Amino acid sequence: MSKILLIMLAAILTENFIFSKFYGICPFLGVSDKPSTALGMGMSVTFVMTLSSAATYLVYHYILTPLGLEYLKTVAFILVIAALVQFIEMFLKKYVSSLYSALGIYLPLITTNCAVLGAALTNIQEGYTFVQSVVFGFSAAIGFTLAILIFAGVRERMKYCDPPKAFKGFPLVLLAAALLAMAFSGFSGFSV
Amino acid sequence: MGALQILTAFGVFVVLGALIGLMLAFASKIFRVETDDRIPKVLECLPGANCGGCGYAGCAALAEKIVAGEAKTTACTVGDDETAEKIAKIMGVASEKPVRMRAQVMCSGNNDCTSKRADYIGVADCRAAAMIGGADKTCRGGCLGLGTCAAACPFGAITVKNGTAFVEYEKCRGCGVCVASCPRGVIRLIPYNSAHWIGCNSNSDGKQTRSDCQLGCIGCGICAKNCPQKAITIENHLARIDYAKCTDCGTCVSKCPRKIIWSASTCGADGIVISRV
Repeated sequence: MSKILLIMLAAILTENFIFSKFYGICPFLGVSDKPSTALGMGMSVTFVMTLSSAATYLVYHYILTPLGLEYLKTVAFILVIAALVQFIEMFLKKYVSSLYSALGIYLPLITTNCAVLGAALTNIQEGYTFVQSVVFGFSAAIGFTLAILIFAGVRERMKYCDPPKAFKGFPLVLLAAALLAMAFSGFSGFSV
Repeated sequence: MGALQILTAFGVFVVLGALIGLMLAFASKIFRVETDDRIPKVLECLPGANCGGCGYAGCAALAEKIVAGEAKTTACTVGDDETAEKIAKIMGVASEKPVRMRAQVMCSGNNDCTSKRADYIGVADCRAAAMIGGADKTCRGGCLGLGTCAAACPFGAITVKNGTAFVEYEKCRGCGVCVASCPRGVIRLIPYNSAHWIGCNSNSDGKQTRSDCQLGCIGCGICAKNCPQKAITIENHLARIDYAKCTDCGTCVSKCPRKIIWSASTCGADGIVISRV
């Protein structure tokens, strides 16, 4: 049980996907304009990452390992995750259309997101069990959501500042991201 | 690496891929949602830039709304007449020519002719200024001139000169982003070709408007009485032109005692009306 808690704490704070591993930078910078869109993205990532952690665990341990094809895990995971997202999208559209419209465009966007693949590969690397893998996938996504939400809040305030021309727009966004990453690096003091 | 290993890897992925493909194919049959087949057709006509200028979350969302009848066939601000016509054909309705609109700043109160009650030193944003006791100008309706609309305009068509915003009409696409950004509602969309507009947005009475601004509509109603088309009405001490009736005859311009009705022909297309004071 304590192992699970440690995995969660590490995935959310100390080993935050965005700020310490630099996974998922594309959506982090791309859809952090407004907190509402950032939350939509975070929800979609949480949804997909949790399910794909479970699916890739099963594929790795029950298909790839018995056949000695562990070295092809990256290719297999991309295939499985992409198919899974497609499947989920169809399922949601039919049965949970409210969730489908809430996740909207973000769901297909993260099909090939590196954070999702990164979670699946980390699970294998760390030798997590099935439950641990799912917990890790879920927590890492929560960490991602936390990061993107905080950053969206920062960016919303930055809209009203008047920076020197050279910093206007994206340069300032990147600088803010760097400062936020430094703040998060404070968590790495806990050795988990 | 032996040939057997290569073959296993190949075989496993072929089987895995085929299984997943079959599963998805079946899933798409099982989970099929009955949708109107006009949606993809409309979507094909739209520019596909997903700019959001129409107010919906991308072209797909607009296509859905058009088919559902909630949006007009001309709702796409980027698409041209041809786009609207194609969509109208799919929807089986008569194509309506989209009227090109332009933004017009309904205020002539530049720094030379308005009075100020205070100096505003703060964030250079009209929305912020408007929150603090109604900003620095004594006029409660006028342009604040801090350029929130200029920053909001996606086409760079708005500039602030001497305390009021101006629209460069050739650059204006009539998207209405500036209208939404203005905290005082000074900007309105009017048909691109209309030459006349009331350069005032003050709802104060005549006496107050006179003391606030050397220009300014005092709501005397002379224009409304003299308009041959009855296109002008006075609401809250402010004249307003109904562009559906206005024929650009220019009678109001000559009758206005305050010279607050502007005419595009007398001031040039760049909208610099100040010079006429």
